[in-house]
Amino acid sequence: MIRIDNLAKYYGDTRAVDGISFEIKKGEILGLLGPNGAGKTTTLRILTCYSRPTSGNITVKDYNIYEHSLEIKRLVGYLPESAPLYPDMLVYDYLKFVADVRELNKTVADPRLKELAAMCAITEVMHRPINELSKGYKQRVGLAHAMMSDPEILVLDEPTSGLDPNQIVEIRDIIKTIGREKTVVLSTHILSEAEATCDRIVIINKGKIAADGSTEELKKEAVSDYVINVSLQHSDFDGVKKILETIPEVSGTVLVNSGNGAMDFYMTCSGNRDIRPDIYEIIKNNNWPLLELHRETRTLETIFRELTKEG
Amino acid sequence: MTNTINIFKKELKGYFVSPVAYIVISIFLILTGWFFFSSFFLYGQAELRSFFSLLPIMFSFIIPAITMRLFSEEFNTGSYELLFTMPVSSLNIIVGKFLAATAFITIMLLPTLFYGVFISFLGDLDWGPVTGGYIGAILMGAAFTAIGLFASSLTRNQIIAFITGMSFCFVLTLIDKMLFFLPESALNVFQYLGADFHFQNISKGIIDSRDLLYFLSVCFVMLYSTKLAIEERK
Repeated sequence: MIRIDNLAKYYGDTRAVDGISFEIKKGEILGLLGPNGAGKTTTLRILTCYSRPTSGNITVKDYNIYEHSLEIKRLVGYLPESAPLYPDMLVYDYLKFVADVRELNKTVADPRLKELAAMCAITEVMHRPINELSKGYKQRVGLAHAMMSDPEILVLDEPTSGLDPNQIVEIRDIIKTIGREKTVVLSTHILSEAEATCDRIVIINKGKIAADGSTEELKKEAVSDYVINVSLQHSDFDGVKKILETIPEVSGTVLVNSGNGAMDFYMTCSGNRDIRPDIYEIIKNNNWPLLELHRETRTLETIFRELTKEG
Repeated sequence: MTNTINIFKKELKGYFVSPVAYIVISIFLILTGWFFFSSFFLYGQAELRSFFSLLPIMFSFIIPAITMRLFSEEFNTGSYELLFTMPVSSLNIIVGKFLAATAFITIMLLPTLFYGVFISFLGDLDWGPVTGGYIGAILMGAAFTAIGLFASSLTRNQIIAFITGMSFCFVLTLIDKMLFFLPESALNVFQYLGADFHFQNISKGIIDSRDLLYFLSVCFVMLYSTKLAIEERK
């Protein structure tokens, strides 16, 4: 459906997007996840033909962004970050304008407006000026704007930012409902959001793809690597380290803190076997007084942090 | 084409939902009325010539104030992103906005028709130069609108858009008054560049293709520059 090919965009010397390639299938809800300034918005802006890439290409169906921007704009409904709507217009007038521009004829436009108003729960604010609306309502009007022509592709930039928890759940439900039939691309910097709404997540950082996969795949990857935290009433870290690293699954041992004859450290491990019994066996044989031993599964959260941390 | 009309309608309506339109129209009518009638009874001539001779300088101030928001406000609020990701071309947007502002200026001129009606009761008014004057006023209004639109497409700050547009219009209005500073060989060129020179020709009631061509080419050059400025933002 959408194919992004080696996309790059420079603003002066800063590389906002640096060679991104991936494909989005029809009917997929794809989450573009990354810290602030990772290049999410830039990618979405290029996809919606708002800005031009420095190099690379995006094709939507058989159209490419250089030659068929109008056709792509017809296929795509877009909600920019924080829904920058015309402040002086009434909600109804604004949506009517969008319906006209999207070339909905009058017999289609009126029922469609009613349907969207009900779907996005904005019926009661239809006759109020946009600048008097709360952020949540603005966002919903923006969503109605994006869905006006019932587009095949919906692009949402940070659709839930600045909303209260109830509104977030409502917007997510709307997105999921739409996602049953449409292709949805949304960006977010909140992991739980991507996890809750998306079929597939692409993590980008500093303009490059850091991970790409379905939520399940990413989680599976997360579980195969894990960390074991240990506290011992013992002070010879190097000795302990040497013995513990004889277990093949252990890839590293790091001291967290020590003092008063005790120490805390963690071991990074890989593989599917649980090695806690082995560790306990070693500790027992050496008679080190054990204070704490627990395994920490790497969640998506930790993966995200590791992939996107500075340096 | 339909989308040009959609944008035209939205922009024109946009002028009248905020108080700015009414304020601008009032100021325009008060100023022109004041300057025109303060000397009208002294001359004792049943004509609108002094009204039309006021227009170029008046338009140099008023029109950039009308056009300054057209793009700057959209850049500032970000609504431009919504507009531009709908299936409209930049040409639709530019022409729609340009026509809306020109229509607004025409609407602003309408009440001044009463000056003509009023004067025709006092004496024998020659409607030829008056008709020419209004045609010239709309053409000059369109040219200044195109200039203001271009100024607005350069910045997200409306004040800067206003000052840039005003300076530009001002230069075009005054350039043929400053000819004595210029070398003799360049006189014709600079006179031809002056908006006031062409406007005064038309408002005498003579509609010459050179004057029409001048205003239309100012519109074209400015609208095209606006298109370039908009594309540059992508």
